[in-house]
Amino acid sequence: MSIGTEILQQIINGIALGSIYALIALGYTMVYGIVRLINFAHGDILMVGAFAAYFFLTRFGLSTIGMVGAFLFSMIVSATFGIVIERLAYKPLRNAPRINALITAIGVSLILENGARVIPFIGPNPRQFPTIKTVNISVLDMSVSNVQIIVVLVSIFLMIALNYIVMSTKTGKAMRAVSYDRKAASLMGIPVNRIISFTFGLGSILAAAAGILFATAYPQVEPYMGIMPGLKAFIAAVLGGIGSIPGAMIGGYILGIAETMTKGFLSSQLSDAIAFGILIIILLAKPTGIMGKNVREKV
Amino acid sequence: MEHKTRNSILLAIVAIAVVVIPTSLIKIEVIDEYTAQILTLAGINAIIAISLNLISGITGQLALGHAGFMAIGAYTTSSLTMQLGLPLPLAIIGGGFMTAVFGFVIGFPTLKLTGDYLAIVTLGFGEIIRVVLINMKGLTGGAAGLKGVPGFTADILAQPVISFAVVTATLVLILAGITNFLLSSYGRAIISIREDEIAAASNGIPVFFYKMFSFTISAFLAGIAGGLYAPFFGYLNPTMFTFLKSVDFLIIVVLGGMGSITGTIIASYVLTYLQEFLRFLKDYRLVIYPFILIFIMLFRPKGLLGRTELSLVGLLNKVLQWRASKAKDDKEARR
Amino acid sequence: MSEPMLNVESISIVFGGLKAVSNFDLKIYEGELVGLIGPNGAGKTTVFNMLSGIYTPTEGKIRFMEPDGITKNIEGQAPHILAKSGIARTFQNIRLFKELSVLDNVRIAMHNRIAYTPFGSVFRTKSYYQEEERIKSKALELLGLFNIDSKSMELAQNLPYGEQRKLEIVRALAGNPRLLLLDEPAAGMNTQETKNLMELISFIRKRFSVTILLIEHDMNLVMGICERLVVLDYGKIIAEGLPEEIKRNPSVIKAYLGEEATIDA
Repeated sequence: MSIGTEILQQIINGIALGSIYALIALGYTMVYGIVRLINFAHGDILMVGAFAAYFFLTRFGLSTIGMVGAFLFSMIVSATFGIVIERLAYKPLRNAPRINALITAIGVSLILENGARVIPFIGPNPRQFPTIKTVNISVLDMSVSNVQIIVVLVSIFLMIALNYIVMSTKTGKAMRAVSYDRKAASLMGIPVNRIISFTFGLGSILAAAAGILFATAYPQVEPYMGIMPGLKAFIAAVLGGIGSIPGAMIGGYILGIAETMTKGFLSSQLSDAIAFGILIIILLAKPTGIMGKNVREKV
Repeated sequence: MEHKTRNSILLAIVAIAVVVIPTSLIKIEVIDEYTAQILTLAGINAIIAISLNLISGITGQLALGHAGFMAIGAYTTSSLTMQLGLPLPLAIIGGGFMTAVFGFVIGFPTLKLTGDYLAIVTLGFGEIIRVVLINMKGLTGGAAGLKGVPGFTADILAQPVISFAVVTATLVLILAGITNFLLSSYGRAIISIREDEIAAASNGIPVFFYKMFSFTISAFLAGIAGGLYAPFFGYLNPTMFTFLKSVDFLIIVVLGGMGSITGTIIASYVLTYLQEFLRFLKDYRLVIYPFILIFIMLFRPKGLLGRTELSLVGLLNKVLQWRASKAKDDKEARR
Repeated sequence: MSEPMLNVESISIVFGGLKAVSNFDLKIYEGELVGLIGPNGAGKTTVFNMLSGIYTPTEGKIRFMEPDGITKNIEGQAPHILAKSGIARTFQNIRLFKELSVLDNVRIAMHNRIAYTPFGSVFRTKSYYQEEERIKSKALELLGLFNIDSKSMELAQNLPYGEQRKLEIVRALAGNPRLLLLDEPAAGMNTQETKNLMELISFIRKRFSVTILLIEHDMNLVMGICERLVVLDYGKIIAEGLPEEIKRNPSVIKAYLGEEATIDA
């Protein structure tokens, strides 16, 4: 393979990986936009979604109907988790100092991770996720797998759906209103609590989908599986501009491609460090991210 | 006698007693070795928790990567003793200074950030430090860790006694130093940053400078704690310095009260003991601890002491006041 | 006095495409009491923020005269540097150190002139004790002048509103400023309290020889004590002059009340 095709190959790989990061990043960014909270536990919702799908598929088998059912089941379970967590742990702290909410989010994340470890029917050992047979398609000296194609198509479908919801529905408009000014939105009659729950649910649904896609591509599920993708997706959201939906998508793809490029040309150990490096650089250079706006504190 | 002198004498006596009495009890084996170890570990935890409280509770800048600072201190100290043969006290101080340098370098770009971003970046740096240390196999023994780190004394039998004495004495000195610092104009300046950065700056406080100052001192203290960690355990492993460790210290600070040094010390001893006591819970412990954290955040975010300190001098004053008013009452009753 | 203490030359500031303040000029001479007025959202606090270093003007210069007579450009300098140079301010929404004591609030403003080092604080040197004593008595003295010394150990947030405003002014004075920027000091006060505030401000001028620029909406206070007024609307100066002239100025009246109205004060 020439260098050119090698680069293109890694870009293809990066687009597939980036789609997954983008889905997760959207959850971070929407939640941050609406309640100014970095939901540390978001990556673990991915794990919840993946396990929900795992149990569904082992019960009902891996057919097209099974897959669809797994998606739906997993999305419902994750959305429930997301909404319940918001109501119990985050809502009471909406007016507390931000440090408190951040610490609570860390706590929730640890509970999900370690809770999964101790629950008997999950446990710390990795399980094999039922996945379809990988078929590689050769295009111009590069290979694309059917899994990658599915990942990208499903992700794009979900992102389009999300965009429709946020931009063209009443609920989406309400979401945007609440993210601009919560008090004003409530004075306008918007049921703020319900909208916030909806946002958390929506983000969790995307995380669940990401979890299933992730497990399809890297077919091992275990309680800590959400940590790294979650962290990287968070970095992607910051890179794109936390609070910005297009930013989350852009950030996700940039991070995915950066990671596959690093794996392909440098070393796989560095691929994790690259993500942190990007985080530090963006926070030093332009903390509001690529699409972010400069928000001044009103004095 | 003048109040100042009286108070200083009281505090000096208590400080010496706190170190000497338990040490003697350990020596004559009234306190057994196991308990001595817990007390010593609690002391080390207290030092690093104080370092975290200094930057997060007192200065108001949440930092989530202090395990990384501890690692720098620990590995520096062990290198200085093992590879350069330096005596332990020097090596520990060396570890502190090395960590302070890193604190300064890391602090410079990151302390310009606020709130959530600062917390995330410090977390990131903590992880980067750990990954780098794992990869410096020659220095740190890599993922397998470093074994045979020299302890506080070559005499195995005296280890528990000396460990406890050294750690507790260090803790007492640090407590004294920090308390004095916080009760000065410099302490007030730093606290004002937590209260309202903009008002502080508008009233002449160079905010960035003091953030850096606080962060660097915090790193120094974390490094000292790391330097004590190394001889205490006798071995080092990168898994001792993960983000989860940073969270452990965060829990101590939150429980004791963000902004209360004495609260941190109390919480440190309580939680270190609890950790041992709950060992039988094994992995369930990892679920219970975050529950405690969330519980505190939801129902008692101030923690045990909030921002107030336990003050021996204050206690003494209260006792004297009580005695004086009682004497007055007796006198009146006798008329 | 030929040289103004504060010389603001055509400063402007742009926020995300919006020019919040355009070509703002101002000369303040030592000892003056100038009022900056205008409808809500006119940009008055933004001007203050530029003068006290919180914002950097996108255009223009600000010159401030040091005690030795040398004038320096101060636009874009950090707030703590300006505070040290002698510019102090209060805030529209009161920014006290809420959970610190009244005494501490004042002492923090005196931090810059502390004559001991951090080393001295840790090791409790003689200069530590001397300086702490000196600061404490000075702070109490200052608080005493304003009749809130009895509350020196109270938390700032527990003070009644009027006293909180007073405390913010005391804190600002504790730094020995030569120019004092007061942002709506009478906000939320009734007629009697405002009257007391007017006397307080006159007292401050005499006692501390400090030059004052103040933002206010209360016309009684403005007309009562300001020697000169500058009127701001939509970020631009629309009038300047003596209070009596400003009162009758049609553009000013229009800005506040719309056409065909008069200001009664």
